[in-house]
Amino acid sequence: MSQIRDSIDRFQKNTFLFEELVKRDFKQKYKRTVLGMAWSILSPLLNLLVMSLVFTQFFGRNMEHYTTYLFCGNLVFSYFRESTNSGMNALMANSSIFSKVNVPKYMFLLSKNISSLINFGLTLCVFFVFALIDHVPFGPHFLMLIYPVCCLVLFNIGMGLILSALFVFFRDITYLYDIFTMLLMYMSAIFYTVESFGPTVQKLFLLNPVYCYIRYFRIITLEGRIPSLSYHLLCAFYVVLIVGIGGLIYRKYNHKFLYYV
Amino acid sequence: MPIIKAEGVSIRYITGDFRDIGLKEYVMRRLKGNFHVKEFWADKDITFSLERGDMLGIIGTNGAGKSTLLKAISGIMVPTGGHMEVHGNIAALLELSSGFDKDLTVKENTYLRGAMLGYTRKFIEEMYDEIIQFAELEDFQDRPFKQLSSGMKSRLAFSIACLVNPDILILDEVLSVGDGAFREKSGNKMKQILASGVTGILVSHSVDQVRDLCNKILWLDHGKQVAFGDDVEYLCDAYEQFLRSKKLPTSEEDMKKLAEGHHNWLAAKRQENARKEAEKIQKAIESDDSEAALQAALQIIRKNRPELLAENIQ
Repeated sequence: MSQIRDSIDRFQKNTFLFEELVKRDFKQKYKRTVLGMAWSILSPLLNLLVMSLVFTQFFGRNMEHYTTYLFCGNLVFSYFRESTNSGMNALMANSSIFSKVNVPKYMFLLSKNISSLINFGLTLCVFFVFALIDHVPFGPHFLMLIYPVCCLVLFNIGMGLILSALFVFFRDITYLYDIFTMLLMYMSAIFYTVESFGPTVQKLFLLNPVYCYIRYFRIITLEGRIPSLSYHLLCAFYVVLIVGIGGLIYRKYNHKFLYYV
Repeated sequence: MPIIKAEGVSIRYITGDFRDIGLKEYVMRRLKGNFHVKEFWADKDITFSLERGDMLGIIGTNGAGKSTLLKAISGIMVPTGGHMEVHGNIAALLELSSGFDKDLTVKENTYLRGAMLGYTRKFIEEMYDEIIQFAELEDFQDRPFKQLSSGMKSRLAFSIACLVNPDILILDEVLSVGDGAFREKSGNKMKQILASGVTGILVSHSVDQVRDLCNKILWLDHGKQVAFGDDVEYLCDAYEQFLRSKKLPTSEEDMKKLAEGHHNWLAAKRQENARKEAEKIQKAIESDDSEAALQAALQIIRKNRPELLAENIQ
C-alpha cells in the first residue's frame, strides 16, 4: 500500500518537474515571441515548397500525388531531425543542474522532445490539409497513422537518449551526426521512389527505420491500405532496439556523466 | 535509527584529457595507445553517522573532499566503495545560484527549483509568498533572473531550500550570503530549523560559524578522515591550531597537543593584548596625562572584567 502511495507521490513530483522543464524549454526556444513559434511550422512548409518546385519543374517528375508523397517523407524526416538534434543537447545544456541536484536525467530529454513533438503535430495538421487539396482519398484507415506516430515518438526519444549520452562523452558527435543525418536523408527515399531499384535493394531500404515510418505513412495515404502485421512488428522492433540501447546507456552511466561535463 | 550513515565511503574521480577530446581524437589515441585516464580518490574511507536533529560541520582545507562528500550524500554521486545510507528528502544547496535559468523570471525559477528539489506544485504554491517574503524580493518577482544582483540570487536560493521543510539540509558555504542583515536573519532561521529537528550538514571555512551551529564535526584532509566526533570545541581548537602549524595530527595525542597549542596560542594572544594595553597606560602616565590613563584603564576593565563596573552591578 505504502509502495503504491510512494510511486504515486514520485510520479506527481516528476510531472511537476516535467511541466516546469517543458515551460522553461519553450521559453528558451521561442524567447517569448509569437513569430518564433510560427516560424517553426513555416520552415518545413517552405522546405516542401522548394523541393516540390525543384523536382516537378526541373526534374519533371510527374507522379500522381507527388506533393503528398514528398510531404510524407519531409514530415517524418524533419521531425526526426529536429527531435534528435535538440535531444542531443539535453544533457549538456542541463549539466549545471544535474551536477548539483539529484534529478532524474531523462526528464531533460523528454522535455526537449515535447516542443518538437508539438511542431510535428502542427505540421501533421497542415499535411492533412495538403492531402485533402491533393484529392487523396480519406478513410477510416487513416486512424492507423497513430501507430507510426507513436513509434516515431518513441524512436526519437531512444535516439535522443543515445545521442545525448554520446554528446557528453564526445563533443564532435554533433558534426558527425550532421553528416549521418544527411546520408540518412538521401537513403530515406524522400523525393524519389524505390520502384526503380531491384527487389533486393528495395528490401535493403527497410534497414533504415526512418524509411520504414515514412513508408507506413505512404502506404496509408497513397495506397489506401493498412500494412501487414510483419511490417508493424518491424516498426516496433526498431523502437525496442533503440530505446533499449539508450536506456541501458543511461542506466550504466547515470552517475558517470558528471565526470565528463 | 541514524538519518545518514556512511560506512567506509570512498569516492574515486577519473580525470585525464578525455574531457574535451572528440570521438575522432579518442579513436586515434586508442589506436596509438596513448589514451590515459588518471584516477584519484576524492574521499577515502569516510565513516560517520548522524541522528535526527544533528548538525554536522565538515571542516578541512581546500581540496579536502568536502564537496564531493556532499554530492555523495545528496545522491548526485555514488560511492565507489563503502556504503551510504540516507533516510529522508534532502534540500541540498551546492553552489547556490547554479541551476537557475537566467532568462526565466524569479517566480518561474522558484517553481523550477522547487520541482528540482522534489516538491509538488501544490506545496510550492502554498509556500511561494513566504519564500519571496523571506528573500525580500517582493518587487522583483517578474524580473528576469539575470537582472538580479548576486546577493539577491543567493537569498532566493537560501529561502527556497530553507522554507520547504526538508528532512536533511545541506549547506555548502552558503551562510555567508547577502548583506549583514540578511546574514543574521539566515543564521537565525538556520537555528530555528535545526531546533525543529532537521538534520543538517554545514560546510564552512568559518570555524566560528561551525562552533556556533554544529554539534558534530567531521574533519577531512586530502580525502582522508582526520577526525569525527561530537566534541566540537576540542576538534575546532585542534583544527585552528592545525591551520597555523600545518601539521596533521596522526594520533589522539597529536590531537590533544594541537588543541592545547590552540589554547596556548589564545593565552599568548590575550597576554600580548594585555601587554599592549598596559604599555598604553604606562605611556599615558609617563606623559603625566592622568585623564587619558584613567580612560584607557576603564576601557580595559569594560572589555575584560565588565562585571566590576558600577553600571553592571545591580
